[in-house]
Amino acid sequence: MAELEAAPDTARELLFGDEWEYAPAPQSADHVRLEERYGPFIDGEFRETDEYFPSINPATEETLAEVGMADAGTVDDAVSAAREAYESTWRDLPGKERAKYIYRIGRMIKEKSREFAVLESMDGGKPIRESRDMDIPLVAAHFFHYAGWADKLEYSLPGPGRPESLGVCGQIIPWNFPLLMAAWKLAPALATGNTVVLKPAETTPLTAVKLAEVIQEAGLPPGVVNIVQGAGEVGSAIVEHPDVDKIAFTGSTEVGKHIQKQLAGSTKRLTLELGGKGANIIFEDAPIDQAVKGIVDGIYFNQGHVCCAGSRLLVQESVAEEVTQKLRDRISTLRVGHPLDKNTDIGAINSKQQLEKIRRLVDIGEQEGADKFQPECDLPENGFWFPPTFFTNVTQSHRIAQEEIFGPVLSVTTFRTPEEAVERANNTEYGLASGIWSDKGSKLFSISQALKNGVIWGNTYNKFDPASPFGGYKESGFGREGGMHGLLPYLEHPSQSWQPQTPTNGSPSTKPESSTSVEASPEPKADGT
Amino acid sequence: MQRPRTAAYRPPQVPSVDQVAAEERAARLASRSIKKDAKVEGLKRLIAMLDLTTLEGADTPGKVKSLCQKARTPDPDRDYPSVGAVCVYPPMVPVAREQVAGTDINVASVASYFPSGQAALDERVEEVERVRDAGADEIDVVINRNAFLSGEYGRVHREISALAEASGDAHLKVILETGELETYDAVRLASRIAMDAGADFIKTSTGKVKPAATMPVTLVMLEAIRDFYRETGRKVGMKPAGGIREAKPALRYLVLVKETLGDDWLTPERFRIGASSLLNDLLLQLEKERQGRYHSKRYLSLG
Repeated sequence: MAELEAAPDTARELLFGDEWEYAPAPQSADHVRLEERYGPFIDGEFRETDEYFPSINPATEETLAEVGMADAGTVDDAVSAAREAYESTWRDLPGKERAKYIYRIGRMIKEKSREFAVLESMDGGKPIRESRDMDIPLVAAHFFHYAGWADKLEYSLPGPGRPESLGVCGQIIPWNFPLLMAAWKLAPALATGNTVVLKPAETTPLTAVKLAEVIQEAGLPPGVVNIVQGAGEVGSAIVEHPDVDKIAFTGSTEVGKHIQKQLAGSTKRLTLELGGKGANIIFEDAPIDQAVKGIVDGIYFNQGHVCCAGSRLLVQESVAEEVTQKLRDRISTLRVGHPLDKNTDIGAINSKQQLEKIRRLVDIGEQEGADKFQPECDLPENGFWFPPTFFTNVTQSHRIAQEEIFGPVLSVTTFRTPEEAVERANNTEYGLASGIWSDKGSKLFSISQALKNGVIWGNTYNKFDPASPFGGYKESGFGREGGMHGLLPYLEHPSQSWQPQTPTNGSPSTKPESSTSVEASPEPKADGT
Repeated sequence: MQRPRTAAYRPPQVPSVDQVAAEERAARLASRSIKKDAKVEGLKRLIAMLDLTTLEGADTPGKVKSLCQKARTPDPDRDYPSVGAVCVYPPMVPVAREQVAGTDINVASVASYFPSGQAALDERVEEVERVRDAGADEIDVVINRNAFLSGEYGRVHREISALAEASGDAHLKVILETGELETYDAVRLASRIAMDAGADFIKTSTGKVKPAATMPVTLVMLEAIRDFYRETGRKVGMKPAGGIREAKPALRYLVLVKETLGDDWLTPERFRIGASSLLNDLLLQLEKERQGRYHSKRYLSLG
């Protein structure tokens, strides 16, 4: 053994510098074809409109394309087209025929996955690695999964009756996973025989436009999917439209509450997938290095623009120092930069507005006395950026521990016993997702039973699969998306229906012309309210 | 040789390793895109970090001479660094010593009844001493997997300590033979025991057992090195070996080091790759970066 000099206690730092620096590895955007402007997609075609708004690249602040602003008239046209398509074709099309269209859409997204991934990163700011490896593959997987359900509805769900579609669904989706959220909404709605008016977020409208092109090319009957663009007022017009049967919304708790008020007294169905303040609980018997990876995947994935982000770290006191030390090392290696660079870990913040919100809450965290850690990083001049950040010395009553920041900002608190961990984890208005880290299987199960969350991950975080239901408790919303559970919000289940049971043994159905299908049409909105 | 029995060694508790997440992390780092200048720089560094190895029953002085020539001037037409070390069986140490005299290249040899380690401690210690006296700068020893897998951790520690003492001033690289330890938890514990016992380097494999070096195993060992450094201040080196034949995976190992241990380990003093056929692929890729196209392998000399 050669003599090795031991470094003094004080200097045992790791240096993550530029001894060997990665060269830029930009993903080419040459194959992304964009028109200068896109109107609303109604009844199978893009229409002209009076007013257009720009969609910018948050990494460069350059305009990528302009998108038509919808108004009440546009929404009305879209709903009429959806109604017409519902009644004339889609409702009565046998499940296996609907499945063919949905499979086709999934396959075409796979074929064009490169273009979709690059455009998603350009329009939303997320790293190409994530849009390429997570978003787009999951989009295709969702279409494939729900295509498989379309012809199995009649005998897969509990109860004696045949499930029925609802009619026209208004779907409003957020900017954090633009195409993935569109897939989460569209795939189950189409599989269950509903037609759709979809409104993407105003900062990320472009992959939905490309999806409209795919839908056109796939030959989906006109009007089955309609896409209107714009901000809150457009969403509001959809919510209030009298001929819409169901609203599905993913976004902020504030807007979710507003929608719930708007719908009070109506018979419209509603599902909400809202905010969260996920707890990532690290026990002392956890695999620490992998837990640190899980913390990073939990909060710094997609710049922290994730409703189920593990934004509260709860770590057992006995390992708190080790975990925070390792977290410091780990986030010092995270690469913040251009979303299209293949080595980027953290891309651009989605919008100026969001960046300001993150900055405001981080300032509040400092003012309230929490200790901030940010690694040194060179941020580009243009665009919207925020370095990965975490706060220690945080208590439950700090605002950064209570409010959803929706950015790459983590608050670290400690606990001493499992009971305290559960108490702290549940001490929030939200109830969407949590993570538990322990090498002991029994502990994973017992703690997960005690947490009031829709999604709980054991020794991992932010894992998604189309077969697994997703949704929240408390102010994180209600209704589930994904898996068989994701079908239910789009179906009238006869065992719970006010409609008389339609006999299946050849007696006349209420709609004689739909002889290919014995599904009765519920016409739930006959009074036009 | 009877060694004094020191106070019973109890291995410290090491963190458990979650297999799924460790493999995911390694896969994530493997997806780093290393292009252009970073690639050229990385490839040149890898040449200097190479333990150019021949460990065959059929090795002859002639074969070792030709290996040493290749080690000195990997490509006679280019000004590339020489390799870190040549690694040979004990009887070839004098040949290698003579061939690399006057260069920076170290002579490494395997000892302690490589590759199985199935011999009495005395015999293994004696072999290390012989190799040391023959002039090896670096000695690669194997741990006693028999003892490790029976849970005799104290014995594993005692034996490595004895081998470390026998190695004198030579750098001691301790081979865990991770393919036989099977789990990452075992790798993590064995890493810690080897470092506690005085290893200068920890090394994955002999190259005689499959699987040899893998990315996740290397990651787990690098994390063990990091924790050991934080605790003791000693910077132990890492050597993945076996099955690394191409430049692309080799660059990925360099990424693992950069993002787990940082700049201080991006040097031949603390990171080596053991390989017999990697060098020519490094040269091929360097030539491709220089000329923009691949040239035929017939331009590459055998080692």
